[in-house]
Amino acid sequence: MTGNNKQPKEIQRREFISKTILAAGTALAAPGILLTVANAKSESEGASSNVRWGMLVDSNKCVENCTACVDACNEENGINLLQRPSGQDDGMWNAQRPQWIRKVKLQDRQTGEITNLPLMCQHCESPPCVDVCPTGASFKRADGIVMVDRHICIGCRYCMMACPYKARSFLHQNVAEQRVHTPRGKGCVESCNLCVHRIDAGATTTACQDACNKDGHQAILFGDLKDPDSELSQMLRQKSSGQIRADLELNTGVRYTSL
Amino acid sequence: MHSSSGILRGTGLIIGGFFALFSTLVQSGSAVTPGSKAAGMDACVAPTGEIRRNHMDYLKHDRIKVVQQGVRDVKHSLAECIACHAEPDAVKGGYQPVNGAGQFCNGCHQYVAVSLTCFQCHSKTPETGGPGDDIPTTGNAHEGLKSTSDQRIEPGERGGPLMEELAQLHELSREE
Ligand code: HEC
Ligand code: HEC
Ligand code: HEC
Repeated sequence: MTGNNKQPKEIQRREFISKTILAAGTALAAPGILLTVANAKSESEGASSNVRWGMLVDSNKCVENCTACVDACNEENGINLLQRPSGQDDGMWNAQRPQWIRKVKLQDRQTGEITNLPLMCQHCESPPCVDVCPTGASFKRADGIVMVDRHICIGCRYCMMACPYKARSFLHQNVAEQRVHTPRGKGCVESCNLCVHRIDAGATTTACQDACNKDGHQAILFGDLKDPDSELSQMLRQKSSGQIRADLELNTGVRYTSL
Repeated sequence: MHSSSGILRGTGLIIGGFFALFSTLVQSGSAVTPGSKAAGMDACVAPTGEIRRNHMDYLKHDRIKVVQQGVRDVKHSLAECIACHAEPDAVKGGYQPVNGAGQFCNGCHQYVAVSLTCFQCHSKTPETGGPGDDIPTTGNAHEGLKSTSDQRIEPGERGGPLMEELAQLHELSREE
């Protein structure tokens, strides 16, 4: 048997295949054991349903033509690494390029009053995007963050049709360059995930909130809706706030004051 | 191997498979690339034989933990495979793509005709800069991330129809 090297190529190849079959067998047995070990070690670190992440946006403090939050989001999540396909016209590019957060300017037709606000995934308690997803890729984490598991997403875009906030984007072309902590690629739907990689690493703010604070506007406040002592909960008690399209009864995690 | 019994032949194949595995290694040494962090270490995140056979399942198991359950300190993190196994690029600086020709995640796969889709999304190189740069944990961390692309998305708004529509939504929620 030690003479393997001298055997013709074909036989070596077959033995390699049999080795692979063996490997598959072991693989079937092993994960069960592993699961318990991994669970014991890091259970406490996972997303917990004792927490519900949310946000309060004060639209009064949101300044027209300021794009600090949008820029910060693009930077944080590598959205600005996407290249415009050569030859694509402005209209198509603007309609299709991903935006996790965008500035919206509203004008009341009756009074003419103008409201500016950042609009992103509203992290609904009963998210329509999760309802319609055929693969389970669109899901809500235990801590209320609604996001896409891009390993499972098949790019059907039902969720984009279902979302009343137009908060989701589809990636139409390859990403030339990637960042370690924000993998993304062609063919999947994506949206604001409340900077989940930062939050899981222990951060207490999102990139958009940081940017807004840095520019002195303080219009965005991120926090735990379930913790009565969180700054967010306190603010929500003090100020009158609302949900966009409250009539849909989605119980959004993102709330707006002065709407 | 040429014996008539099927059982014997099967056993022979299996044992032969093991020998083939070891002889491949003797021939080519280890798949670990020179200059990578792994090159200076004794062991992988799992015993060598085990990771060699099962890494695909471990990775898929652990990505569910990370993405869906938010458990970040998993044993088999793709980012960490790459951080440890990528080979520095002596010519250009930085690292060579870990799935490039002859690189760690490419050699074996090419042989068994496995084509990974992972790197359409996942970075093929470790984050350059200190290991502490990787995960922003405190405020304004995004400032530390450098943008290397020229064609940046211009900040601003998405065109007209959405505004119109939202204006209507807005009125709706007012009227309530
Ligand atoms: C901390 C460094 C480190 C990390 C992280 C790491 N490895 Fe390794 N890996 C090693 C070392 C060192 C070896 C060589 C072990 C030996 O010589 O027996 C190795 C060996 C291997 C081998 C066997 C190579 C061969 O020659 O047959 C495979 C396959 C492998 N690693 C895959 C992975 C995968 C997949 C991951 C991510 C889940 C990973 N490694 C993460 C250090 C690392
Ligand atoms: C369509 C894009 C996409 C593809 C393709 C993809 N991933 Fe991911 N992957 C992601 C995203 C997004 C995350 C979440 C990152 C985060 O939240 O930090 C992730 C996270 C992970 C994680 C946990 C984080 C880490 O680095 O350990 C693992 C493990 C992983 N993916 C493995 C894989 C493997 C293996 C493949 C190929 C079979 C693959 N992925 C293909 C997008 C992708
Ligand atoms: C020692 C050889 C070897 C090395 C080194 C190696 N792999 Fe593999 N890998 C394999 C083999 C063999 C298969 C195919 C098994 C099969 O077909 O069942 C495979 C399959 C995979 C798969 C599953 C592919 C699929 O389409 O489902 C993933 C994911 C994977 N490898 C990731 C990695 C990553 C990431 C690295 C680098 C860190 C790596 N592998 C390095 C041998 C290796």
